[in-house]
Amino acid sequence: MNLLAFNLPIVVLLPFIAAAAAAYSAKFNRLAAAWVSGIATIISLALLIPAAAAIFGGETIIQNWNWLHQAGLQFAFRLDGLAMLFSFLILIIGLLVIIYARWYLAAKDSMGRFFAYLMMFMGSMLGIVMSENLIQLVVFWELTSITSFLLISYWQHRKDAREGARMALAITGAGGLALLGGVILLGHIVGSYQLSDVLASGDLIRNHELYLPTLILILLAVFTKSAQFPFHFWLPHAMAAPTPVSAYLHSATMVKAGIFLLARFFPALSGTDAWMWLVGGAGMATLLIGAYTALFKHDLKGLLAYSTISHLGLITLLFGFSSQFATVAAIFHIINHATFKASLFMVAGIIDHETGSRDMRKLNGLLKYMPHTAALAIIASLAMAGVPLLNGFLSKEMFFAEAVSFSQGNSFAWIIPVLVTIAGVFSVAYSLRFVHDVFFNGEPIDLPRTPHEPPRFMKIPVDLLVIVCLAVGILPMYTVAPILDIAVTASLQSTPPEYSLALWHGVNLPLIMSAIALGVGALVYFRRKPLIANYERHEHINAKQYFQKILAAVIRFSEWLSARFDKGSLQNAAAWTLFATLVISAYGFISFNSPLLGDRTLLPMEPVSMIAAAVIIVASILTLAWHRQRLQSLIVIGVVGLITSLVFVKFSAPDLALTQLSVEVVTIVLLLLALYFLPQTTPKETGMSRLGRDALLAIASGIGVFLFTMMVLSRDFSSISEYFLANSVPGGGGTNVVNVILVDFRGFDTLGEIIVLALAGLGIYAMLQGLHINPHSRFRINADAHPVILQTFSRLMLPLMLLVAVFIFLRGHNLPGGGFIAGLIASVALIVVYLSNGIEWTQSRLRVDMHMVIGFGLLIATTTGLAAMLVGYPFLTSAFSHIHWPVVGDFELASAIAFDLGVFLVVVGSSVISLVQLGQLSHKPENPEGV
Amino acid sequence: MEILLALSISVMTAAGVFLTLRARTFPVVLGLTLLAYAVNLFLFSMGRLQIGLPSVIDPQQGGYTDPLPQALVLTAIVIAFGMTAFLIVLALKARAELGNDHVDGLHLAADEIDESAEKPKTRHSSNRKKFTKRDKRR
Repeated sequence: MNLLAFNLPIVVLLPFIAAAAAAYSAKFNRLAAAWVSGIATIISLALLIPAAAAIFGGETIIQNWNWLHQAGLQFAFRLDGLAMLFSFLILIIGLLVIIYARWYLAAKDSMGRFFAYLMMFMGSMLGIVMSENLIQLVVFWELTSITSFLLISYWQHRKDAREGARMALAITGAGGLALLGGVILLGHIVGSYQLSDVLASGDLIRNHELYLPTLILILLAVFTKSAQFPFHFWLPHAMAAPTPVSAYLHSATMVKAGIFLLARFFPALSGTDAWMWLVGGAGMATLLIGAYTALFKHDLKGLLAYSTISHLGLITLLFGFSSQFATVAAIFHIINHATFKASLFMVAGIIDHETGSRDMRKLNGLLKYMPHTAALAIIASLAMAGVPLLNGFLSKEMFFAEAVSFSQGNSFAWIIPVLVTIAGVFSVAYSLRFVHDVFFNGEPIDLPRTPHEPPRFMKIPVDLLVIVCLAVGILPMYTVAPILDIAVTASLQSTPPEYSLALWHGVNLPLIMSAIALGVGALVYFRRKPLIANYERHEHINAKQYFQKILAAVIRFSEWLSARFDKGSLQNAAAWTLFATLVISAYGFISFNSPLLGDRTLLPMEPVSMIAAAVIIVASILTLAWHRQRLQSLIVIGVVGLITSLVFVKFSAPDLALTQLSVEVVTIVLLLLALYFLPQTTPKETGMSRLGRDALLAIASGIGVFLFTMMVLSRDFSSISEYFLANSVPGGGGTNVVNVILVDFRGFDTLGEIIVLALAGLGIYAMLQGLHINPHSRFRINADAHPVILQTFSRLMLPLMLLVAVFIFLRGHNLPGGGFIAGLIASVALIVVYLSNGIEWTQSRLRVDMHMVIGFGLLIATTTGLAAMLVGYPFLTSAFSHIHWPVVGDFELASAIAFDLGVFLVVVGSSVISLVQLGQLSHKPENPEGV
Repeated sequence: MEILLALSISVMTAAGVFLTLRARTFPVVLGLTLLAYAVNLFLFSMGRLQIGLPSVIDPQQGGYTDPLPQALVLTAIVIAFGMTAFLIVLALKARAELGNDHVDGLHLAADEIDESAEKPKTRHSSNRKKFTKRDKRR
């Protein structure tokens, strides 16, 4: 089989498997978790490589498995240039982060938990970038929100970590909800959830009346995930995460997921004014706010967080320009930002690790303590500042060029180059601060530890990333050009425009803007003291405070609202549920504008039926009227059940009549046994308002059911049962269509149902274990608990009744009967023996464990189904043939009978286990004090 | 005939609903049992009422009633039994653990008078004290 037919889901799912393996292996050796994660990442990469040739050749690989494709749900993966670029970023930077984290984590941190979270996150990110089905994309999108929550709150003992994680989850989770809405609208417009279809229908989407809501919902997801203004405030708080997490989430992955969506949906959504204003506006605001604020953060990671916000704004702004050149610049900057920002976060982590502080007011002059780290930090910072010969310079030049060319369209747009130059100035200033304030500028001020170089392997990931910054910056054509080209092609869904990655384009406006940014930026940095002092004199909006206030208000409101409905009382909750049902049904009745009754000819009434109906009605009312005298009301409810079975007899449902009759016996015996332990009477309720309310609800329900039943019964209908009637004999091999439906056509339903029944039986057994309960009242028990006549007869009857059960069972496929009914009859037979002879007597002779009976029943039923699968048919396909037995005659043997045997055993096991366990309660030694 | 069935179903429903809303476990179980009968009959009647036409294939027979609702109701009857059994045992468990059979675990709700004089009064009052404390905690 060709690897390219199925490698993508493996690439995505392997990290999830590795997560479990990492968590497990860490029990034995804490470093094993890191090894498992690293190896899994390498395997994922290796599985991706074979596809590279095709992708670089311009192909798109789509691997598709139908799931519920009628509903647009497919398990579908896609690999094109854009997905390839992002997958490489995720996997390669992921691998570096794994190496780094193995050295970063302290001995008391749980390695297993960390790497398990990290790998789940990696898998979710890969899922986003490789999803072909949009609903599947949303699922992975939500998974990144959840796994990033776990990663940010990794140090659970810290309050800031918990709060930061909760904030990130709330904001990005809300965005995920918006994305689901947007994707569903997209699917509605296009008629498919497959990305290929959506990307091909750009004009259809842009001209659709739902375009604006779709765009806004998807942009909400993008802006929340990629920390765009006004949702940017969660990102700085997420810095409470361990630094490897920040290096991963905030450089190459989590925050780039939003940007990825912009690139992905670019051909489908971009090019309108709404896109330009919304995307461009948010990008510009974020770029400026991020760049400005970053300069004033004293915390190394705080500076980097705001710088990340600013760079994300830059990329968003580029997409907002909506031109093909701008897309090239945006994707190029995604790569560059990922490399230099990951290395800077790692450097910040190294500094924190080796000095014990991240405060730039204390960190000074580290150059002489850690020269190697300093060199790396300086190069990466200069890339961030956009200094020539480094990768940041190239994409920043392209960005400036786009800002300039965009400004020519419109007389007010000259402001754009000015604003982006200002952002450039601040970006140079904060980059300089990261270098100068930390590595130069005097001596460190009371640091917790004496600084020194970190372990060698902590620097290797940074080394590699910095080498990439340099290589891309100096030789762009030989390094980044091919992958950039295919990524841009995939994002645009067309051939990219001619662009040049050259270092030198002559003296032009963008170069002048860069020069201004560098010059003024350096000036701003060296005049920073008054600026910082000025910044700190003013109050700043504390987004966290507002967020927590809003959150608290929302929680208070929902608590208030739930308290209105849920007063901790079942009666109250049930009444509300009924009331809501009545309101909805009333709406249905009112909006139904055909005549109430149809014109189907009704059956004539006759006296016997009238008597039966009268008995049902009287018995139901008596059950109600006598409900405080429990035994009486139990007796009359038995009458209702018996007459119900007569109704089934009357209206051509012999199977139902048999079932109802035998269930009735078992139910009443069970309730009688239970009543022994419960009060014999119910206290009188005096709350007239509650009684009145309940009476109203009851009467309204009754009237509604009456009307509804009449409305249906007076109309004709077309049934889907023609199929069952026509295929019962040829397809299922049985003439009793009801039974054939149960064991063959709808066998899967029946399997579910016997599982429920088995669980009920086992649940009852579990609840009654170790239960100490005494009869509520003193009963005068007859000294002759097991009368001889009853004993004798029950013993005589047992074989007969079992024979009846076998008979009913065997004929079930062709005549009324079957596993359910036979099971109930057999249960009744056994229960009678238990009742008349006592539990000890019976159990000493019937040494069958009812648990085993239930288990075997389920096993037989499931095995029958699986056997069909083994020979290549769908689950539970039935096979049958007729054989001739000597005495019995022609006998049909269907595999469905084995399934029915399973049903039989589960029914017997569950009923007998319930009743016997209940009966056994009274055999416990009595406590004279009562309860 | 249809009217008779509809009437029976509706009375069973009304009685079932009223009992389901009661405060003690046993009437609630009875109410749910009644409701189950009503629902089963209702679902069954969705195949319309036919007399003497069981859905057992027989070339001599002029037609068949709809087998599908019957198949659904057959399992529904058995499941309803499973549910009733589970509920009543849950009620027993609740009584054993909480000492009473109120659905909310209270001994005597505010609007109830226990007329049965089976037990000495002192136990009531002590129990009530205990459960009012419990109430405040809620």
